[in-house]
Amino acid sequence: MIIKQLSIFLENKGGRINEVAKTLAREGINMQAFSMAETADFGILRLIVSDVEHAVEVLRKADFAVMLTDVIHAQCPNKPGGLAEILDKMALHDVFIEYMYAFSEGDTANIILRPTDMQKCIEVLEK
Amino acid sequence: MIWNQNKECMSIDQMHDLQGKRLQKLVKKVYHSTPFYRKKMQEMDITPGDIRTIEDIVKLPFTTKQDLRDNYPCGMFAVPNSEIVRIHASSGTTGNPTIVGYTRNDLEIWQECIARCLAAYGLTNNDIFSVSYGYGLFTGGLGAHYGAEFLGATVIPASTGNTEKHVKLIRDLGITGIASTPSYALYLAETIEKMGIDVKELKLRTGVFGAEPWTENMRREIESRLHINAYNLYGLSEIMGPGVAYECECKNGSHIAEDHFYPEIISPDTLENLPAGQKGELVFTTLTKEGMPLLRYRTKDLCSIMEGECPCGRTNVRISRIMGRSDDMLIIRGINVFPSQVESVILGMPEFEPHYQLIVDRINNLDTLQVLAEVRKEYLSDEISGMLALKKRLADKLKSVLTVSVDVKLVEPNSIERSSGKSQRVIDKRIMK
Repeated sequence: MIIKQLSIFLENKGGRINEVAKTLAREGINMQAFSMAETADFGILRLIVSDVEHAVEVLRKADFAVMLTDVIHAQCPNKPGGLAEILDKMALHDVFIEYMYAFSEGDTANIILRPTDMQKCIEVLEK
Repeated sequence: MIWNQNKECMSIDQMHDLQGKRLQKLVKKVYHSTPFYRKKMQEMDITPGDIRTIEDIVKLPFTTKQDLRDNYPCGMFAVPNSEIVRIHASSGTTGNPTIVGYTRNDLEIWQECIARCLAAYGLTNNDIFSVSYGYGLFTGGLGAHYGAEFLGATVIPASTGNTEKHVKLIRDLGITGIASTPSYALYLAETIEKMGIDVKELKLRTGVFGAEPWTENMRREIESRLHINAYNLYGLSEIMGPGVAYECECKNGSHIAEDHFYPEIISPDTLENLPAGQKGELVFTTLTKEGMPLLRYRTKDLCSIMEGECPCGRTNVRISRIMGRSDDMLIIRGINVFPSQVESVILGMPEFEPHYQLIVDRINNLDTLQVLAEVRKEYLSDEISGMLALKKRLADKLKSVLTVSVDVKLVEPNSIERSSGKSQRVIDKRIMK
């Protein structure tokens, strides 16, 4: 399933992530998944939130550099080999992944994927 | 040692007489050969006949860096191309470098001026001398090189870079003198220490430092860490290159080769001449230059002319240390950098907001330039590789325009302070005391 992810460009300086978290908290927006990619002087914070439009609005108002990115949300059983099965399919059909992150709840693991080719990735996952 | 006793110790009256004669000849020459000066003089209603003594110089028009830019590339040359034997260039603010042309005579005078400097520092034909200024369009490398050869020293064209190899040569060849930027000298000291070499075992004893302003504190540090005597060498490519002024053994002000370069100190605001001892903008007239003679060129360097006789015996006037600039030019590792150059690059790239900041520092004795740039929201990428590519593109463009490496830092939109008045575009953290 394609979902919207928030990507926020942040400078590497103390307290920046916290400011994002607090801005969302004040508006009652829940973070469902979260990942941080970083370089020496900047990072990109990637977020899945409960209310995308509202989150974008409040973050922009607070002067954060927010982008909306399409990502794929996939699920697999939360057991050894669950992820490997999905990744096998990707590799078999030459689907490259820019980045991914995952979290698990009970018996299910949720995976957020950013492939180079969205359409192909979905087709492969549906097979 | 005094290289040219006749000129360096000439009586003040004789010198003024010589300068007056040379000025007369120069003004005639530029009036007839440089349309720029003829036009300026006609506008001011002066003719070469109005210039009879050196005091008449105040009647003449000033020349600015902007004039050189407006006459890019060779509009200020006063001789046909067949007489130009060398071209040097310094970085420009708007993409155009400043071009300087030299005739054979100009090069001969240049090497003579450098020989005067080196002799004043105690160097002779028995010295082994390495030139660690950049060789190329920059005047430092070739200027010092030919002057040292003219002195008769054994010249090592070490240039910049590969410092460990340089240290090896200093040790193995018994190099006794070195010319470089003062910051490179400190870097060299550090490299020697890192390589585990005892500086006292080296034969190095004289350092010739220029191309960037430095301080007495820095002199003390260089002298104690390299176990040498460190002397100042002043120059600028528009006038000639290194060798316009130089310290003597007294290390108290730099003597100007004033038979070739007539100095004035003016107020940058009123453009009136200031008396000795007062700080103002240094202005030079190239009394003997043939290729690109300049009348009253405004260097933008702030200093004062020193009063009193120098115990060394030279009568040529001395200038104090350069105490700053009357414009916003920065000197980074000997290279002139204007904030407007950075601005023109950033404004030329749609990915960036027109807000930026330059942070200049000295880390491990080397000047560093960091440029903070804001990425426009619509050009932000969700992928690190995309952002790093953008950062590299800006760094590469800045490097090609400034000819000095820049550390680009991408910052969040709206994070650089906007102010209604003069925004603080430059933060210079180097301590200049």
